[in-house]
Amino acid sequence: MKKTALYEEHVKSGATIVEFAGWLMPLQYSTISEEVLAVRHKAGLFDVSHMGEIEITGPDTFKFVDYIVTNSYGSLEMGQIMYTAMCNEEGGVIDDLLAYNFGKNKALLVVNAANTEKDFKWIHQNAKKFDVKVENVSSQCAQLALQGPISEEILQRFVSKDLSAVGYYHFIECEVLGAKSLVSRTGYTGEDGFEIYCDPEAVASIWRELIKAGVKPAGLGARDVCRLEASYMLYGNDMDETTTPLEAGLSWVVRLDKDFIGRDALAKQKERGIERRIRGLELSSKRIARHGMLVYMGEDQIGEVTSGTLSPTIQKSIAMARLKSNVKISSEVSIDIRGRLENARVVKLPFYKGSVKRS
Amino acid sequence: MKRFTKTHEWIQVENSVGTIGITEYAQEKLGDVVYADLPEVGKTVKKGEILLSLESVKAASDVYAPVSGKVVEVNAALEDKPEIVNKDAEGEGWLVKVEIIDPAELDDLLNEEDYKKLCEEEG
Repeated sequence: MKKTALYEEHVKSGATIVEFAGWLMPLQYSTISEEVLAVRHKAGLFDVSHMGEIEITGPDTFKFVDYIVTNSYGSLEMGQIMYTAMCNEEGGVIDDLLAYNFGKNKALLVVNAANTEKDFKWIHQNAKKFDVKVENVSSQCAQLALQGPISEEILQRFVSKDLSAVGYYHFIECEVLGAKSLVSRTGYTGEDGFEIYCDPEAVASIWRELIKAGVKPAGLGARDVCRLEASYMLYGNDMDETTTPLEAGLSWVVRLDKDFIGRDALAKQKERGIERRIRGLELSSKRIARHGMLVYMGEDQIGEVTSGTLSPTIQKSIAMARLKSNVKISSEVSIDIRGRLENARVVKLPFYKGSVKRS
Repeated sequence: MKRFTKTHEWIQVENSVGTIGITEYAQEKLGDVVYADLPEVGKTVKKGEILLSLESVKAASDVYAPVSGKVVEVNAALEDKPEIVNKDAEGEGWLVKVEIIDPAELDDLLNEEDYKKLCEEEG
């Protein structure tokens, strides 16, 4: 089992440790709902060093990245980041990832921990016709996510460059507490905030100083709740290789006007019509709908739940479900929760809009 | 008199009414309880049947009736603060009170010492 450079810090602060994607990670330090509310109203700090980092370098970097992802990498400016899916030939989602543009000759792809090896193999295998070098640099990168409305104010105390100049989905290279870092205005919570990548040797002192400054440590439990409230998809739950990005609520990152692996399959699917789509559900009770539970409209089964939780922020039981495309917003449906039907309403996503600055 | 089940419930008996909850061991395994799906007052259950369920962030868990009985009270405080189950599983975090139908059923349950042994074995 792998440990992040902060493992000892987590144990010392009394975190509940769980296994996740081959890593020993903190599930929670206090209660999950306290940690979620800290992120929503102030700031929370997540150790996300388990995420994978794959570096692409060489003269064909731009062309190559554009070829393996669904979104338009070619339209990025230097210092900009893009969220995208990466598909196989059939259009199935291999992973969702962030692509950081370091200029013509270098890109950094940040991928899901559980998929790092698979992604690296896939990318490497598809790189043969391109003049690029593909490197798995995950072990050289620690990653923190500082998330919440007061993130900028706090992080600015430790960074000399002006953070207010860093736009949403942009990054800078700078020193954080003297350690060479990459700081990006990105996150997985719906709140404003930053992700900080640095040397694993340097991460503990940054972690400790941010906590001292009043940021609450938050675990994977809070991370999952926050992302679900903000309606970000989770690979393995809301999508996988058997679903296309069009069925996973990710049409906005599929650019059929360029060539990429899976393009033809996705174009065909779009032409045929998309049969299932991700929708939000709000339950009328506080029971929790979980991955795989079936959704009905009257007698007809219309889909299944992909993720669900009780939202501490909006105080409702919420779920994402993959439903037949003709099911309209505001429809009344029911979910079979362990043999008992619970009423739910189809709602617009996201369930909650945080402080994230989309500019 | 306090007794335990192999499925990690406890029951504290006073006169013919048993107060039922989940054990400290069970709450720790379950993780943060976010909703207690409590039964209606007046519901009768047989020993070993599902009495209620607890939703945690991780999963839903059934709580089984340690003895047969009729629900006479539910812990109303859990409606707003289900986390009491985690904070004080064997005290303030009790779940329901039942009127015991057959006190002899209590004899099949574990005493504290045997229950502790069971937990150690399960780890």
